[in-house]
Amino acid sequence: MHELSIALSILKVAEEEGGAGVEVIHVRVGELSGVVKEALLSAYEIAREGTPLRRARLVIEEVPVMVDCQRCKGPRRVLSIQQLRCADCQTPASRVLEGRDLQVAALEVSS
Amino acid sequence: MNSTPRIVEVRKNILKHNDEVAHALRERFQQAGVFVVSLVSSPGSGKTAFLESTLTRLRPHFRVAALVGDLATGNDAKRLARSQVPVRQILTGTLCHLEAAMIENSLTDWALAELDFLFIENVGNLVCPASYDLGENLRAVLLSVTEGEDKPLKYPPMIHSADVAVITKTDLADVVEFDWEAAFQNLQAVRPGMEVMRVSAKTGAGMEDWLKFVTGGRHPARCASIE
Repeated sequence: MHELSIALSILKVAEEEGGAGVEVIHVRVGELSGVVKEALLSAYEIAREGTPLRRARLVIEEVPVMVDCQRCKGPRRVLSIQQLRCADCQTPASRVLEGRDLQVAALEVSS
Repeated sequence: MNSTPRIVEVRKNILKHNDEVAHALRERFQQAGVFVVSLVSSPGSGKTAFLESTLTRLRPHFRVAALVGDLATGNDAKRLARSQVPVRQILTGTLCHLEAAMIENSLTDWALAELDFLFIENVGNLVCPASYDLGENLRAVLLSVTEGEDKPLKYPPMIHSADVAVITKTDLADVVEFDWEAAFQNLQAVRPGMEVMRVSAKTGAGMEDWLKFVTGGRHPARCASIE
């Protein structure tokens, strides 16, 4: 359960980038990032208390895994994170292009 | 009057502070010529026994040291001290994983240039350590035969954050009727092409292959210059 650490880091990045006027924080959380959306939302509720961003809302976009399929020659979705095969042709794929993301994507700041 | 909020594109890693420290560490390790290997696994998979065996076997040929992370107690450091290499314990308190800054802090007065290999044993946990870069060159995930064959399917992010899988306690494989085929298949399903090694720290089986794997990337001149 490291979502509390992650939530505190989100608040830190958001405040550095957007100041106290941040109303909404948009984050991208990859399927392979090791962070669980529901746990992060709960942790965030606790983390924001007493901080300048205590009213800021957290919006999480879950990022599915994308691999570079050698056979289809391009980015493809996978069957699941338990089965890293191209969803189209079933070829095992070792190069992950997306899905490890743990990123503050954008902020909505009051003007 | 309420005005519409403005949208600010940020695109910053949530763990950017950790990533920056890890990046700086990696550069420091490279400059010092030390190869850093971290070990991750669930609690009780045999990390400490495996590390003790690794340190003991490497010590006659290389300059090695280790950092061990735990929530509490210095027991692991005491066990590893038997290998007669410098060992430091990092106590994380209630934190379930090591972060790059903890590595940085525990290295403050260590002369890294005098080392060939540094091993980092993470806190026993197959979830949280996956998200944190420690600046290591190689991350090995340990899975013991007593944990069952389906561990990889339960913890894909950790398997994905590692470079090599090491199946430990192979001396117990028959007793627990470990299904090797299923274990390999599960690892390959989650991470196609992943290197898998099998070891028993108790009998020493497979340890030579593991050491070859770890030291394989070392320049021969470095080995010759030791002692």
